[in-house]
Amino acid sequence: MGAVRRSFAPWADPTERPLIRFENVTKRFGDAVAVDRLSLDIFEREFFCLLGPSGCGKTTLMRMLAGFEQPSEGSITLADRDLAGVPPYRRPVNMMFQSYALFPHMNVERNIGFGLRQDGLPRAEIAARVDEMLRLVQLERLAKRYPSQLSGGQCQRVALARALAKRPKLLLLDEPLGALDKKLREETQFELMDLQHALGMTFVVVTHDQEEAMTMADRIAVMDHGRIVQVATPGEIYEQPKTRFIAEFVGDVNILEGRVRGQQDGLWQVESSSAHGPLTVDDADEVLQNGQAIAIAVRPEKMVIHRGEPPPDALNVLRGEVWDIGYLGDWTVYRIKLPSGAIVRVTRANRSRFVDNPIDWDEQVHVTFAPDAAVILAE
Amino acid sequence: MIARSLSKRMANALVPALPFLWLGIFFLAPFFIVLKISLSDPAVAQPPYRPAFEWGDLAGFFSRLDLENFTTLVSDDLYLSATLSSIRIAGIATILLLLVGFPIAYAMARAPARHRGLLVALIILPFWTSFLIRIYAWIAILKPEGLLNQGLMALGAISEPLHILNSEVAVYIGLVYGYLPFMVLPLYASLEKMDDTLIEAALDLGSPPWRTFWTITVPLAMPGVIAGSLLCFIPAVGEFVIPDLLGGSETLMIGRQLWSEFFSNRDWPLASAVAILLLIILVVPIVIYRDVESRRLEPRP
Repeated sequence: MGAVRRSFAPWADPTERPLIRFENVTKRFGDAVAVDRLSLDIFEREFFCLLGPSGCGKTTLMRMLAGFEQPSEGSITLADRDLAGVPPYRRPVNMMFQSYALFPHMNVERNIGFGLRQDGLPRAEIAARVDEMLRLVQLERLAKRYPSQLSGGQCQRVALARALAKRPKLLLLDEPLGALDKKLREETQFELMDLQHALGMTFVVVTHDQEEAMTMADRIAVMDHGRIVQVATPGEIYEQPKTRFIAEFVGDVNILEGRVRGQQDGLWQVESSSAHGPLTVDDADEVLQNGQAIAIAVRPEKMVIHRGEPPPDALNVLRGEVWDIGYLGDWTVYRIKLPSGAIVRVTRANRSRFVDNPIDWDEQVHVTFAPDAAVILAE
Repeated sequence: MIARSLSKRMANALVPALPFLWLGIFFLAPFFIVLKISLSDPAVAQPPYRPAFEWGDLAGFFSRLDLENFTTLVSDDLYLSATLSSIRIAGIATILLLLVGFPIAYAMARAPARHRGLLVALIILPFWTSFLIRIYAWIAILKPEGLLNQGLMALGAISEPLHILNSEVAVYIGLVYGYLPFMVLPLYASLEKMDDTLIEAALDLGSPPWRTFWTITVPLAMPGVIAGSLLCFIPAVGEFVIPDLLGGSETLMIGRQLWSEFFSNRDWPLASAVAILLLIILVVPIVIYRDVESRRLEPRP
């Protein structure tokens, strides 16, 4: 199993008290239900990602934590304190906005110090704290600049510094990297992780970018239609997705539909129109009935292409024709068309720079995968 | 081909020249005519002044330059006090306009987007009636037996009619009423395009709503505040109709003075000198505003 084991797992400890607890929270806007009877625990020092497509309710959930929205039903507690009726300016929570929301009439220094001035701290302490923040995000040289004079990446750092300056118990980040280009985004992901670790804060990040969530989060909550579909570590989400929605939303996946035929030596036998023989899947957790319609999910990197005959001991063999080849540099993606008309994606790492006689378009190939490479998703 | 590109080039040059042409014909030329009259002497004639010089005789003009009318303006107390009184009245009116206009503009900017167009139309609606008629209507409202006094007496709020008409209070009422759209519209324009997440960010950082209003909303609305104030203050200083119809005999304003010099005393040169003085007074705030603006929009380093 590819799931990464971490030593930090307060959610697995039943005696641990959560920092944030959503209990049966519902939020309605008129007739529309944005968040639907949702319960969720987030623990101290956790880097928590809310992941989902737009309109899934993740932003509403975050705005309820910040205090900009009140739940229609249910309760939210922060460190055992009920947040109902507590206005945003009295919550020990700060937010980094997607648009950064920097004050255009204040320079970088004054933007970062804004929250500290609200607390009425002495001038010298504010100045020291602002300097510390400027160093933390490496913007010392730009302290006197105005937001209109900064690049997108610099604005992002100012927004982060401003949100961190008050050392909140909980930092909310709404699509924190959404406006950055790809290279900068990757760098910043790791910086955010280091920062969170160094400061020992709890981060809740809203994102629609599954790669971002996978990289940064201790745990991910995948949301859809106002409900949480699965809360788990990135490894579990990727390797043991609970539903087809998650399997398809997080990473690429091949879905093979079929019917349960029975169980043999703890392995499920599945009849599928995509394959000649029965498929064998090692997913003992599932409880299935014979004849039940199911889907088998296999990640593209867990499938292997064979030219000519597959190895005789291979349990799951699909036959097909090379339909498309996409060269990505580090990987090559093959799209294989099965006789049933379905197309499966298989990726292969390019381990050497030159390949003699590479797999070509229209070639007849076999695709195999191990029983434990696949996951059964009940329909 | 060449002819076409030439005419195109001429058209390209002409478009930016148009506003200058407009200003030249309708502002600069009349300005010089008024300036010329202000430098001449009054006379019983048609027109009632003796030209101080002929166009084209510039050397002779400078040798015989006569600032007599401007000397009169400076030496006679009447003009100084009329000017100061105008500035005071216009200044107070501008502050009142800000106090009345800001909440209106703020409410309009906060209204649902689908209602905003209608609200703007309603603000502009009074322009469909003549300004003069609307000011006359205020006479009917403010006079001792007018609507306001009748209403207040019917409610039992007062037993004696208030003497509002022909007082400075009536002038303020008229100015605030008449110039309100010029204050509300620029304020609305700057408040409407303000990003709401800035307010949320301030709240999130611990600033209560009232403080957020002063630290975020007001500074960001400043361009609108300044534009609205200038649009109201400048014409209010030279206002003639409102003080004449609603003000009392003691309401001294420079616009009124100008009118009486021109029509009652038929002293065109002195009236022209008053007009030039008024212009100079009004150019000062505009220059200050431009200076502030250019400093605010510092160039990128």
